[in-house]
Amino acid sequence: MSDIETELRVRRIENGTVIDHITAGKALNVLKILGLPDSSEGVVSILLNSQGMHGNKDVVKIENRELKVEEVDRIALIAPNATINIIRKFNVASKSRVHIPTFVEGVVECINPNCISNSNEPVTSKFKVTTEETGLKLRCFYCGRVISENIAEHLL
Amino acid sequence: MIDHILNAAEMMEPIAHGEQRSDLLAGKILAVLFFEPSTRTRMSFETAMYRLGGDVLHLGSVDASSISKGETLADTIRVVDGYADAIVLRHPKEGAAQLASEFSRVPILNAGDGAGHHPTQTLLDLYTIKRESRLENLKIALAGDLKYGRTVHSLCYALSLYGAHITLISPKELGMPEEIINDIIERGAKIIETDSIEDAINDVDVLYMTRIQKERFPDAAEYQKVANRLKITTESLKDVKPGLKIMHPLPRVNEIDPKVDGTPHACYFKQAFYGVPVRMALMGLVMGAIE
Repeated sequence: MSDIETELRVRRIENGTVIDHITAGKALNVLKILGLPDSSEGVVSILLNSQGMHGNKDVVKIENRELKVEEVDRIALIAPNATINIIRKFNVASKSRVHIPTFVEGVVECINPNCISNSNEPVTSKFKVTTEETGLKLRCFYCGRVISENIAEHLL
Repeated sequence: MIDHILNAAEMMEPIAHGEQRSDLLAGKILAVLFFEPSTRTRMSFETAMYRLGGDVLHLGSVDASSISKGETLADTIRVVDGYADAIVLRHPKEGAAQLASEFSRVPILNAGDGAGHHPTQTLLDLYTIKRESRLENLKIALAGDLKYGRTVHSLCYALSLYGAHITLISPKELGMPEEIINDIIERGAKIIETDSIEDAINDVDVLYMTRIQKERFPDAAEYQKVANRLKITTESLKDVKPGLKIMHPLPRVNEIDPKVDGTPHACYFKQAFYGVPVRMALMGLVMGAIE
């Protein structure tokens, strides 16, 4: 299916952000990370399992909101190949890839139930992010426990 | 930094023995916040402080304190840091000391955070190895409960900095977590895993024993079988290196036969003493009394 046909399935947006090349099946997690739709007043459209040049992918379109760099980089935890298109007056004003952050705060909860970040203390979870051959590794800033699989399951 | 602390500890030894007097920390107060029971760690911190002329402030019973009323650790720390020049903290949750350091205006010394780390124990273990054996090209075997023992986890991380050859001896169900093994290999240690002390004891410079807890096993017979296999007697020592040192963080139960205590290999009570000069050095450093 071409991009044009894809566009016909989910309408083009006039202003806002299109997150493309999301790993197929992960679009809902992307929304969760971005706090959508609560954090936006515009329409949010999702395209799941669309055929792309490099296999199936998901696409998210957020109307009337341009995402900030630090917001989109958090997406890299679950969709490292995603691209971010800022749309102004139906044109792509800028296009960029997500960058894997070296540190994330308040996105994922620690898998260690006895970690101090999972108690009633006034702190948010923090993780150091590293890229290994086997994928991403998130190391808890507090207890040191590592999350390397199913990161999406531990989103806050 | 580790070497710097170990060198400072060596200078503290005569004071720790009571052979010299010191006022290095006179006028300074150490707050001792132990949310879990401890004998050796708490007493050696207190001794270290008194030997340097400082004073100690206790949390007292957790039941009688504001913690039992639901106060967060963050709030406790923000109150206590106004009363003391440093805080030593033991807490049942992993990462507690890290959190405390975010809220405290005075230095925090981690005296154990849940199953996490116990860095001052690690430093005194390193100091013992340095004083009684050697840290360079060290061959060491760690035996017992390597899965839940935070002492051995922290020690492995520290030994990897010195490129140690580490043999891990434990029953399968109490093996060192793979995550930690991968980490320490990445940091430069060489690792061998086995479930028998006999396989390793004749080849190492240090044997580090730990206690195996009964409650980790489904039945008493299984525990007994494993405990007997990981027990040191004078018989086990007949072909070891003359300079072999046996360490143990204590308390021991029956993993080291008391007859071993009289051999030149036994090092565990000295190890317990070395906690004092190491903690003296640490407190001198964090309170700015020494550089």
